[in-house]
Amino acid sequence: MPVLAIHTQSRVSGDLRFPAHRIEGLAGTSFKHEHLSSILVDEEQNRGFFEVHAENYMGAGGAPHAALTRIREDHPVSLHGVCMSIGGPQPLDKTHLARFAALVERYEPQLVSEHLAWSTHSTTYYNDLLPLPYTEATLQRVAEHIDEVQEIIRRPLLLENPSTYLLFRESTMSETAFIREIVKRTGCGLLLDVNNVFVSATNHGFSALDYLADYPLDHVGEIHLAGHAAQEDDEGDLLLIDSHDGPVADAVWKLFEIVIGRCGPIPTLVEWDSAIPEWPVLKAEAKAAQAILDRHAAAFRRERLNAHA
Amino acid sequence: MHTLEREPAGTASGAGYCRDFTPGLLDPARKTPALVTGPNGKAADKRFNVYRNNVTVSLINALAAVYPAVMRITGEPFFRAMARFHVRETPPTSPLLFEYGRDFPDFIERYEYAQSMPWLADVARIERGWLDAYHAADAAALSPTELAAVPPDRLGDLVFEAHPATRILHSGYPAVTIFSVNRASDPVGPIETTVAESALVTRPMLEVEVRRLAPGVGLFLGGLMAGETMASAAAAAGEANADFDLAAAIRVMLEAGAFAAIRRGE
Amino acid sequence: MSMKSSINSAMLAGAVAAAMSSLAVAAPLSQAEVKAAMDAGKEKCYGVAMKGQNDCAAGPGTTCQATSTVDYQGNAWKFVDSGTCTTMQLPGGRTGSLEPLSRDIPS
Repeated sequence: MPVLAIHTQSRVSGDLRFPAHRIEGLAGTSFKHEHLSSILVDEEQNRGFFEVHAENYMGAGGAPHAALTRIREDHPVSLHGVCMSIGGPQPLDKTHLARFAALVERYEPQLVSEHLAWSTHSTTYYNDLLPLPYTEATLQRVAEHIDEVQEIIRRPLLLENPSTYLLFRESTMSETAFIREIVKRTGCGLLLDVNNVFVSATNHGFSALDYLADYPLDHVGEIHLAGHAAQEDDEGDLLLIDSHDGPVADAVWKLFEIVIGRCGPIPTLVEWDSAIPEWPVLKAEAKAAQAILDRHAAAFRRERLNAHA
Repeated sequence: MHTLEREPAGTASGAGYCRDFTPGLLDPARKTPALVTGPNGKAADKRFNVYRNNVTVSLINALAAVYPAVMRITGEPFFRAMARFHVRETPPTSPLLFEYGRDFPDFIERYEYAQSMPWLADVARIERGWLDAYHAADAAALSPTELAAVPPDRLGDLVFEAHPATRILHSGYPAVTIFSVNRASDPVGPIETTVAESALVTRPMLEVEVRRLAPGVGLFLGGLMAGETMASAAAAAGEANADFDLAAAIRVMLEAGAFAAIRRGE
Repeated sequence: MSMKSSINSAMLAGAVAAAMSSLAVAAPLSQAEVKAAMDAGKEKCYGVAMKGQNDCAAGPGTTCQATSTVDYQGNAWKFVDSGTCTTMQLPGGRTGSLEPLSRDIPS
C-alpha cells in the first residue's frame, strides 16, 4: 500500500512541544468540551485520537486553548478546518489562512484537513459547506487553493469529499474524477467521509460502491464516519441529511469495512456534532470503529507475513 | 471598458455559481437557482432548501449560543424569530462564529417587538462581553502584593494596564441583575430593583466572572482602563458619586483580576 | 479644585491597605496545579462547568454538518410568550410582559 507522507513533522528542529503520539490505525472522536472532564477521569485506557474544528481555536486564549493543550498532551490530534472556502472562486482569505497555519504550528496535529466546498462569497460567510460544480475551471481554482494552503502549512492537506443535496447543470465531470485530478495536481491527501459517500449516493441515485471503486483510495489519510438524518426530496424520495446527530448507520459501517478491507487500517473519526451524547456513548462508537480497524490490521499483518514467506 | 480583474464571480471562467447560489440562501422568497438540479432531471427545490436551512438554522443557533440569557428572557420562539431577522439582515462577515452577533445588541434595541424590554439590549451586551472575555488572550492578573508594595507617595501616580479580558459595561437598567438571574438555572422571580447598573466582566484564569459594581466603581475602573492615574480616577469617581468607596473598589478590581500590570504614570 | 487634590496619598494608602486586609484572593494556581485540578475532574478549572452558558464557548457551533432542523420560514411568524420576562418588574413600574401578538409580520 502506498504510504502518504502526511505524518511527517515539518519542523526542522525536531523540537516538538507535544509528544509525537502515533495516529496510525487508530479510531478517534470529535473533541467536545463538555466531555473533557469525563475524558480526563476515564479509567479505561483510551489511546484514541481527537479531532477539533480549527475555527473554534482561533480565539486569542482562554479555556478552548487550555482544553486542547491538555488533550494534545495525551492524544494524537486531527485539525479539521471547516471554512477555508477552498471550493470558492475568490482568493483564499489570507488572514484566515495565517490563523490556520498558526494552529498547525502550535498544536502539531497528526492530521490536517479541509473540505471540498465553499462557505464565503464576496464578504459574507454562510456557515455551511456549499457545493461547487465540477468543471475544468473549478478544478484549476481548487488546485490553486490547495497548493496555497499546503505551501503555508508546509505539509500535505487532506481534502474531504462533501455530502451534497443537488447537482450543477454545468458540471462536466464526476466528483471522483474531480478528486482524482486534484490529488494528481496538488499531491494532497484525502479524507474519505464514508457517510458523505453514502448520503450523496442516496441523494443522487448512484452506487456508493461504484463511487469507492472510482475514488483514489490509495491517497486516503483519514476516514470520517457519522450519523445522518432522513428527509424527502420534491418527488417524495429519500433525501439524506449529513446531520452528525446520531450513531453511524449500519450501511455506513458496512461501507467502512469494505474500505478498510481494501486499504488497511486508516485513522478513523466518529463525528458527532449535535445532540451530543454522554462521553461513554461516543466512546463506544469509536470502539466499534477500532474493533474493525484492529481486525483488519491483524489480517494485513498476516498477509504481509505470507508474502514474505 | 470592462476588465476581468478582481471579478471572479460571473466571469466566463465558470465562477458564477456562488453569485447565483447565494441570494436565495438568506431570502426565502427567492426561487431555487436555475443552475442547480436534482439527479435525472428531478426538481431541486427541497434540495436547495437543505442549504437554505443549514445557513439560517446554524446562524440562529450561533446567536442562541452567544445569548442564552436573552433567549431565556424572551423564550425560544421569540428569540429565534428575532434572530432570524438579524441573520437575514446582517449575516456574518468572519468565518469565526464566536465573532458573530456583535451587532445583535443594537439590533435588539431597535427591534420593534422587543421595545417592551428596553433593558434587553444591555443584557445582550453583557453576554457579548462575556464571550469576548472568554476568548481573550491569556495574561496573569495583577497580584495584590504587587500593589501593596508600592510606596504610599507613589500610589497617586500609578497607571494600570487592563487585563485583555476585562470589560466594563454601563446600563441605565438593572441589566446585570437580569443577566445574572437568567444565566443561572434557578427559576426567575420578580426583579424589584430599578436602578442603573454597571457590569465588570473579567477572566482572571479560565473562567469568566461578571460582577455588579457598586456606585462609582464602574467610573473608577473605567478611568483606570482609559489610562488615568489612580488619584484622578478616584477623584472623578468620588465627585460623581458621594457613596463611592475607594477601598471597596480596589478590593473588587483585585479580586476580579481586572488589571494585568501597574506602572508609574508619566 | 483640581480633581487630584481631592485625593491624597494617605487616602490612597489607607484604601489600598483596607482593600488588602479584606481581600479574599487565592494565589493563582501554577501550571502544574491547574493540570492536576483538571485531571481530577474539577471542571471549574476549565471554565466549562456552566452548562447552557458557554456551549458556545469554543466558538458557537462552527458547523461542518448539515442540520436536520427545518426552517423554511419566511419572515412571517407568531409570538409565543414563553420566556421569563413576564416576571420582571421594569424600572418605572412598568412590567416586562411580552404582549402576545396575534398578527403576522408581513414578509
